[in-house]
Amino acid sequence: MNNNVISPERENRKFLNKLETMNIDVHACYQCGRCSSGCPVSDFFDLKVMEVVRLASYGMEDILLKSNTIWLCASCETCATRCPNDIEIASLMDVLRSLALKKGITPAQPRIPIFHQSMLDSIKRWGRAYEVGMIVGYKFRSGDYLGDMKLGMDMFKKGKLNILPHSIKEKAEIKEIFSGKGKEYDR
Amino acid sequence: MRLSYYPGCSLHGTAQDYDLSVQEICKKLGIDLVELQDWNCCGASSAHMTDHEIGMRLPIRNLMIAQETGQDILVPCAACFQRLCAADKAIKKNPEYWDIKNYNNETKIIHISTLLSQPDILERIATLTSRPLQDLKIACYYGCLSLRHPKITGAVNPEMPETLENIARAVGAEPVMWSHRTECCSGSLTMARPDIAEKLVGDIAAAAARAGANAMVTDCPMCQANVESRQADSAGGQKPLPVFFATELIAAALSGDYPKKQQKVHLVSPDVLTNIFVQSHATREGAA
Repeated sequence: MNNNVISPERENRKFLNKLETMNIDVHACYQCGRCSSGCPVSDFFDLKVMEVVRLASYGMEDILLKSNTIWLCASCETCATRCPNDIEIASLMDVLRSLALKKGITPAQPRIPIFHQSMLDSIKRWGRAYEVGMIVGYKFRSGDYLGDMKLGMDMFKKGKLNILPHSIKEKAEIKEIFSGKGKEYDR
Repeated sequence: MRLSYYPGCSLHGTAQDYDLSVQEICKKLGIDLVELQDWNCCGASSAHMTDHEIGMRLPIRNLMIAQETGQDILVPCAACFQRLCAADKAIKKNPEYWDIKNYNNETKIIHISTLLSQPDILERIATLTSRPLQDLKIACYYGCLSLRHPKITGAVNPEMPETLENIARAVGAEPVMWSHRTECCSGSLTMARPDIAEKLVGDIAAAAARAGANAMVTDCPMCQANVESRQADSAGGQKPLPVFFATELIAAALSGDYPKKQQKVHLVSPDVLTNIFVQSHATREGAA
């Protein structure tokens, strides 16, 4: 099959149902392009925002989950705010990212999900984001040891980075959230 | 006025000075803040970007603690504000889904600039200002999350907000008209893709400078850190602009002082503000 062919994948009901339950009405898109023209990160995307929406309505999740667009989207919500058809485009990006992670698809921008994971690990452990732990975790996993070295030192010297984490009392409640509370119904 | 206070992780970390200035000015303005007991991280933005359930349940826990107090919640961080609002909407729409039995629909989640730009509070700020910040031509920078998505934040005018301009005027600064007030600085990408952050921040700072601004003011800790740090990096011709917190400006104007300790936290020189106070000391000494 030619990978460049774009056509509706009728088989992909699961993906489209998921969007439906999240009230993300991708079929309402008439390709006006307001989302793409207002997107601040668009220059760095491989798929334009309007293309993401159209491919989603065709159920073509494979192309979407492998794209760098889903990881480079900064969640600024400019697209969804301006969409004349009220399509929740930023939520669509959220769905695509979490689907890509659940399906174990190699992310086109690996450092970004590593950053998110480092942040979530920190919250899971302490109940709050512990910046130093998060940065160290990110550096180790991403192999990006040297990036922002000077910035990190400057911030440290200015007393902006707390050396020790602050832990909340009811960590059990946070553990429960991370252990998948609510997921038992596969929602 | 008595409010629950949700500082969020940034205000207990890289933006500690924001926390202090919020508390300082609220005290002076007669707003009583009670920090939420045992609050947890709202998860912004990593949680909602990768896992819907965790992204909602983290802020929901905070809302459930807050509703015990019966007070509205003040949130200085734009990202936390947006997540708490999103959780609030989600529980109201479908409490059973989120395993919530009793939820008080009355609790309001208030972002700091919305609170401070209420007419009576603006008036109080103006009256209490002991040193107007004249000479400060300021670009008010909102960024994303206190405004968007308006369905979540309830922002009345997400493309043309005015809260920061009104606050700037109340302390005697001069807000400039400029193009990038609500553009994204890509704070959520800044660590993994600093190149993108530099591009976006560079555009924002250049737009502010073009409009004649000598400083910027914001109400988002992510924007403050990102716009100062990524400008300092880019070193491309133009002089970097310091980014102040709205509450930092109010604290300085009210107290008539801009302490060394506060000057020190900036990654870009805050001299444009410092000089206002140096001048005022010099004039006073000259007069004496």
